[in-house]
Amino acid sequence: MHELGIASAILDCVDEEAARHPGGHISKVGVKIGELAGVDGDALQFGFEVLVKDTDREPLMLELEFVPRIQRCSSCEYEFRMSEFDPRCPLCGDFSTKCISGEELDIAYMEVDE
Amino acid sequence: MNRIAVEKKVLNENQILAEQLRDRYRANGVLCVNLISAPGSGKTALLERTLERMHPGERVAVLTGDLQTENDAQRLAKFGFPVKQITTGGTCHLDAKMIQRHLEGWKLEALDLLIVENVGNLVCPSSYDLGEDAKIVLLSTTEGEDKPLKYPSIFFKSELMLLTKIDLLPYVPFKAELARENARRVHPAMEIIDVSSTTGEGLDRWMEWLNARRVGKPGTKG
Repeated sequence: MHELGIASAILDCVDEEAARHPGGHISKVGVKIGELAGVDGDALQFGFEVLVKDTDREPLMLELEFVPRIQRCSSCEYEFRMSEFDPRCPLCGDFSTKCISGEELDIAYMEVDE
Repeated sequence: MNRIAVEKKVLNENQILAEQLRDRYRANGVLCVNLISAPGSGKTALLERTLERMHPGERVAVLTGDLQTENDAQRLAKFGFPVKQITTGGTCHLDAKMIQRHLEGWKLEALDLLIVENVGNLVCPSSYDLGEDAKIVLLSTTEGEDKPLKYPSIFFKSELMLLTKIDLLPYVPFKAELARENARRVHPAMEIIDVSSTTGEGLDRWMEWLNARRVGKPGTKG
């Protein structure tokens, strides 16, 4: 539901970066979405296309990279992809594991045609 | 074509404003909590019971968000504490800028607790930091026990889950233990308090949680 707002925030970042490259054109922006970010990729892609269409920003692609939830075990430091919401360390069985990635909603890169 | 690494949060603007709010709360010793749930889980009813239990003169204020109407602010204003409605006009969540704007005219140094009631929605509010000390998620016994699994983001980010409408347990098929288990699967360290705004069950524990956090906040004026 809030993906249009997020698409708009991505475009603000694109415009900001574009201002640093006078004469260039930003043709692609890469965004990381964590499993826990609460953002739907399809809705974001759709909102982004709507905001870009028939504007000076065309052609501009959005490339999404999904980041899974990774936990790190506090006892043995093993890192694992958390599945089925089971936080137990598959190596040593300890329950005290900490989420180290999966919350991302980050701009990763942009491609500039100079 | 030239690829440049950017490494920046998409909601960077919101994050900057949220950090400014957090600094202001810290400087003024204000504890800020952000209440989040699906529509109809009992956020406003809980706030009514919460404000009712506060002594006159306690330094508490409420910002309450909805798409439309001033109804919630009217419900909450009768307890005599400062209350402001944030009508988002369609936006499905509160953001830091809305909070900043609605705090204008309030003296933060005169407060030690600010309660933000977010727009009823389990998805979008989880993405927007409001500078709060803690997010609190409400799940009611008239919903499904699997909500924490369906909407993991907000259950993961909330420090406390209030299981509301606990008085209805004898009449609904809701399995409370399964709901708690699901919440802890998503967030093992989650604190959970069962409450009923109708019978008052669990409200003492909720007030204790809130007061412990208020006292524990550095700079709190006591």
